[in-house]
Amino acid sequence: MKQSQLSTKATCNSHGQDSSYFLGWEEYEKNPYDEIRNPEGIIQMGLAENQLSFDIIEEWLKENPDVALFKRDNVSVFRELALFQDYHGMPAFKESLAEFMSLIRGNKVRFDPNKLVLTAGATSANETLMFCLADPREAFLLPTPYYPGFDRDLKWRTGVEIIPIHCSSSNGFQITETAVEDAYKRAQKRNVKVKGVLITNPSNPLGTTVSRSELHMLLRFVAAKGIHLISDEIYSGTVFDSPAFVSISEAITEIENYNKILDQVHIVYSLSKDLGLPGFRIGAIYSCNETVVAAATKMSSFGLVSSQTQHLLAAMLSDEKFTKKYISENHKRLKERYDMLVSGLGDAGIQCLDSNAALFCWVDMRHLLSSKTKEGEIKLWKKILYEVGLNVSPGSSCHCTEPGWFRVCFANMSQETLELAMYRLKAFVDSSKQSKVCCKSVRESMKSLSKWVFRLSPSHCDESNR
Amino acid sequence: MGSGNEQHLLSKIATNNGHGENSSYFDGWKAYDCDPYHPTQNPQGVIQMGLAENQLSFDLVEEWLKKNPKASICTAEGISKFKDTAIFQDYHGLPAFRNAIAKFMEKVRRGRAKIDPERIVMSAGATGALEMIVFCLADPGDAFLVPTPYYPAFDRDLRWRTGAQLVPIVCESSNNFKITRVALESAYEKAQEANIKVKGLIITNPSNPLGTVLDRETLRSILGFINEKNIHLVCDEIYAATVFSHPPFIGISEMIEEDTKFNRDLIHVLYSLSKDMGFPGFRIGIVYSYNDVVVNCARKMSSFGLVSTQTQHLIALMLSDEEFMENITAENARRLAARHDLFTQGLARVGINCLKSNAGLFCWMDLRSLLKDATIEAEIALWHIIVNEVKLNVSPGSSFHCSEPGWFRVCFANMDDETMNVALQRIHTFVSQVNGAAQSSKKKHWQRSLRLSFPSLRFEDVTTTPGIMSPHSPLVHAPI
Repeated sequence: MKQSQLSTKATCNSHGQDSSYFLGWEEYEKNPYDEIRNPEGIIQMGLAENQLSFDIIEEWLKENPDVALFKRDNVSVFRELALFQDYHGMPAFKESLAEFMSLIRGNKVRFDPNKLVLTAGATSANETLMFCLADPREAFLLPTPYYPGFDRDLKWRTGVEIIPIHCSSSNGFQITETAVEDAYKRAQKRNVKVKGVLITNPSNPLGTTVSRSELHMLLRFVAAKGIHLISDEIYSGTVFDSPAFVSISEAITEIENYNKILDQVHIVYSLSKDLGLPGFRIGAIYSCNETVVAAATKMSSFGLVSSQTQHLLAAMLSDEKFTKKYISENHKRLKERYDMLVSGLGDAGIQCLDSNAALFCWVDMRHLLSSKTKEGEIKLWKKILYEVGLNVSPGSSCHCTEPGWFRVCFANMSQETLELAMYRLKAFVDSSKQSKVCCKSVRESMKSLSKWVFRLSPSHCDESNR
Repeated sequence: MGSGNEQHLLSKIATNNGHGENSSYFDGWKAYDCDPYHPTQNPQGVIQMGLAENQLSFDLVEEWLKKNPKASICTAEGISKFKDTAIFQDYHGLPAFRNAIAKFMEKVRRGRAKIDPERIVMSAGATGALEMIVFCLADPGDAFLVPTPYYPAFDRDLRWRTGAQLVPIVCESSNNFKITRVALESAYEKAQEANIKVKGLIITNPSNPLGTVLDRETLRSILGFINEKNIHLVCDEIYAATVFSHPPFIGISEMIEEDTKFNRDLIHVLYSLSKDMGFPGFRIGIVYSYNDVVVNCARKMSSFGLVSTQTQHLIALMLSDEEFMENITAENARRLAARHDLFTQGLARVGINCLKSNAGLFCWMDLRSLLKDATIEAEIALWHIIVNEVKLNVSPGSSFHCSEPGWFRVCFANMDDETMNVALQRIHTFVSQVNGAAQSSKKKHWQRSLRLSFPSLRFEDVTTTPGIMSPHSPLVHAPI
């Protein structure tokens, strides 16, 4: 089959799936850790999932059986749901989603359901915004490090380019005006038209909230250049510590003459991280720009949210008692996990960037590199993957300019598994301090270590008795 | 909104008309939205006959749901699956879902084709599937040949964001809109002359809007054509299980299994549960390709429109209940046949013919004899009368790019029997009024005589009647 017979998109690499980010996943799939069936397997720490609070949702479901049975007020709504394909979305769902978004922001801002566009996940929301805001070969500026999936979501089918705004550890990877201007100039030099800036707040992979001053700086920048600002706030409900989350919707009201730039600012949201429901494909675009909302609404035909799911979430999110309880309990559990990871890493002599949100830490392993290069980082990453048995994400897959940083997730596993991961890492670090140690003995020592941890862990005993 | 500055700030796609919704064909929808029929609350309202939905068999599904509470992951019976389902975002889809879809597709093809679950790729509805296959096969500017008349939203789904083009293959009523080799070659040549690169051919089988199935001879001829030109064949088989009478549906899968000389790398099938099962709201679309590279690429692209796992779980359980699926497929076909017969016979009684059809959720109605002259303008004039005065939202053939004016697509499966009878009654009344007027003033043109036929109704009355929103009519804005 001649390759020329398919589209360029089908035969190029812009889907980004050849990157290490995805390769780590593949290795994990081949040898996944399981407490009982595969205790030597690879522990997945590359997956930013929130598995900590399902019990709260399940409790709510038990108390609300009507929703599950396709009923409302004891009347079957199955037929209505099965037929509902209006791309404006279910009003009840959009209203409750708007309320939920407000609640997450401490009710400091209100959202208008009519300015919401529903999409099949944030993946679809981000791509749709690109289709609305940029033509092929135009660009968006993104601060590095950034979520690896953006290379696919923003660029692949849209033909849009990403130009990195280089951020460095010297100031905690904060976005400086100089860095933004520099990125813009680089684009101009290459004759590439910049259409906007896209930030993730809270940040993936840093796990930090973007500061008010950075937000003001970005707003002034886009105002001056007459371009867009997209704030992907998918992690907005995972801010578990101070400083408090400042949404772009709040920051914009603090800018002089902000009415003039309302049309240029857009928010992306999803329930995949905050509620831990990535499988349900619930994404949203929020914009005050009527043309964007109109165009994006029509485009959402290519990826609507299942009406069955809209119905469930409409009921769940309109229950204020539930949403308040969920948000606060979720924060508590995330903080506990974060503390555990940071402390565990600390025991191994490893520091993290100080962070207050999201489902991962940005871990500094620069001191463990054999050479301070991308190759050195990949070498270390492979060691961690194959010898330590942890799938973490190397900073280079997130386009970080400094080698040696890794994103390590902490909310997608049990507490015991996290503890085991920390033991493995400590053992690896300790044994790497001895310069001449062969791979086999490292693995051997870890095998016996994991069995030891296994036997000692009290909650594991409980599980086996269930 | 839409200022010069803003046009510059947004993309071309966002500010052009590629979505197709500024077309005047939406007038019918608007008329319906403002004045939707309801048997008691608005009996004079517009009856929706422009929506190809299958509403005939929900009672069977609801009965099944009552007996199968674990099909929902939110019930006490199903909740143990909640967490695993909610976190599952693998674009391969739930194995149980893929297996169930494959089995169902095989069943619909009467076991004459093997459907491999590994080749099944999800999309959020057939709309997503269609766009996705174009992204896989064509670059901006490349074209697909499409037989007319065709589903209007192809213009958006295939072209809007992809930049691809459509080149029509003109089919005519003289041979019941058959897709002839001559028509295929002619369309291909036209494209070549215009320096347009043809990447493939898209057929809908069973056809929307015709409601007919393609015969073996035509399928073989199409396969021969695409092989010879080395272009792709995309078969939209979304109506496969709506075949309610003879002749049976022959899927392209059956053809290529029978005859292995055709290049399988060129064959791709699209499917969905929106029409066969009546679940458009659940957004279940499928791309099934025989080309490994396309399966691979489409699977990655499906990230932009996966099926909600909550829905995958429900569908997996439902479709794998073989006894239930056997019953519902047969009963659905029976009810479609009954509805089709009721409607076509009702039309025949007043001298209106439809294209002979055995599938789909609609009829292709022939009103050419009511046209003043054989022009699109006359067709649109007639259409406005049907919408605004007869109060039926039907779809004019020109919206389907039909080359001959006077044909209309009329849906019959999206309403109950009573509403169908009201619609037929209105048609009877309309036709007898037209006949009556024609007899009394033979020398006058049809258009002028039509005005005289409705003396009690002025056009202004129609447009200023206050809209009564029926709570039972979904305000559907998405086209067709």
